[in-house]
Amino acid sequence: MKLAVLSGKGGTGKTFVSVNLAAAAGSATYIDCDVEEPNGRLFLKPERLTSKTVTTKQPAFDAEKCTGCRKCVDFCRFNALVYVKAKPMLFSEVCHSCGGCRLLCPSGAISETEKPVGVVECGESGGVRVVTGCMDLGEASGIPIIKAALAEASNADELTVIDCPPGSACSVMESVQSADYCLLVAESTAFGLHNFKMVYELVRLLHKPCGVVINKADGEYIALDIFCREHGIPVLCCIPYSEKLAWLGASGQIAALADSKYAKLFHSLLDDIRKEACV
Amino acid sequence: MKKLLILSGKGGTGKTTVAAAFIDFLNAEAFADCDVDAPNLHLVAGMNTLPERWDYFGSQKAFIDPPKCVGCGACLDNCRFDAIVLRDGICEVDEYACEGCGVCEYVCPQSAVTMSDDVAGEQMLYKDSRVFSTAKLKMGRGNSGKLVTGVKKALISAAPDSELAVIDGSPGVGCPVIASVSGVNLVLIVAEPSLSGIHDMERILKTAVILMAKVAVCVNKYDVCMERWRTSKDIAEKRACPL
Repeated sequence: MKLAVLSGKGGTGKTFVSVNLAAAAGSATYIDCDVEEPNGRLFLKPERLTSKTVTTKQPAFDAEKCTGCRKCVDFCRFNALVYVKAKPMLFSEVCHSCGGCRLLCPSGAISETEKPVGVVECGESGGVRVVTGCMDLGEASGIPIIKAALAEASNADELTVIDCPPGSACSVMESVQSADYCLLVAESTAFGLHNFKMVYELVRLLHKPCGVVINKADGEYIALDIFCREHGIPVLCCIPYSEKLAWLGASGQIAALADSKYAKLFHSLLDDIRKEACV
Repeated sequence: MKKLLILSGKGGTGKTTVAAAFIDFLNAEAFADCDVDAPNLHLVAGMNTLPERWDYFGSQKAFIDPPKCVGCGACLDNCRFDAIVLRDGICEVDEYACEGCGVCEYVCPQSAVTMSDDVAGEQMLYKDSRVFSTAKLKMGRGNSGKLVTGVKKALISAAPDSELAVIDGSPGVGCPVIASVSGVNLVLIVAEPSLSGIHDMERILKTAVILMAKVAVCVNKYDVCMERWRTSKDIAEKRACPL
């Protein structure tokens, strides 16, 4: 089963829930798709690491063959090519690697080179295979790295936990596409609810079954409960705010491994998810 | 206009809380929410008027006219974004995967592909005695950097005489963050004294160096872990960032 963990708002505890579920499962694959700020590995501390560079294609111009016809510059919809001194010039940060310029160049003056944009790192932490996508700093799009990280998912029988980026934009969509079940980590605050509604809309759009974990619950926040009830979203688990839990997380420990109370909580959450996902 | 941008790297460290507090203390006349993926500042901005709203157009999207398509697969073979699906012998565009490059339109021998504008979000501009510019990206859409630039432009043109603008940014280090940094006078990084908070703070600090931005650091929830609080202090000092 592929389980996507997402939240809309940042800092609600996606990585906390993902890492603990993978650790509680014992045997699982954990994939960090929050490639701009991948943090799961800080907790899982994987060993025997291997790393693959992720590249995207970029056009390269043969100045001899280029006639300066300008067709490539006019075609590029991302303004990645600028016409300077009767030749095309590339602004690689905005290139989407569509390959259009190479395809249409009438003089065959354009070839493609590979540009590194990030890495996918694989390692092991106990029985958990840890896959981390990490985007190079200064790059704009994490999509190619997310795709490469997701390609490391294990077979369907085993649990794969996909730790998604925050928000509800294209990178989240990419991370969720292949999931069998979506676990939404919500925070019982006005900010949390607003972003939760956005990410719920995204999950509905993709017709994915989903359930909710309310994290850092601190007394009653009725608006979130009402929203879940009205939309028939099962609340699978409610984790109360605790200073001890905050400290465990801050110091990089996995609650399910450090405290039997949380081991029980995440085991039972995992069972609930498996039941829900089968329906 | 001087612009103060609030970033964090990690989500949930308190960007919007800090931004809202500054707006209040400064009686700021101009402010914006550039977290177009998950905007929240409007919930606490306390604007009394309804905003002016307009559509944001991102990249165009391809559309394949079913009667014209013969299912030759030229578009499928050349699309780098896996955005073409062959169904019942004809090609269809997956609007979420399509990045609007126009390659399919170029290669289609039947001229069955047209490119059309796509509403990828909405911009909102509130004006009373103050100006507040914000936006919301549509589900699963990309190109958020362009929308961030739009939010800033709307703010500047509606409040050209304001001395200081407070801008709430987005988490991460990618497209919307890069777009938000351009042209600001100071980036304030709201960090968190946790293992991941510090890791992300270092990534956003390095990104700020690449983008040549002036940076200061503020550590929120500092007493969650005293040891990490000292680490975050050391990092700020080592990089000569005011804490």
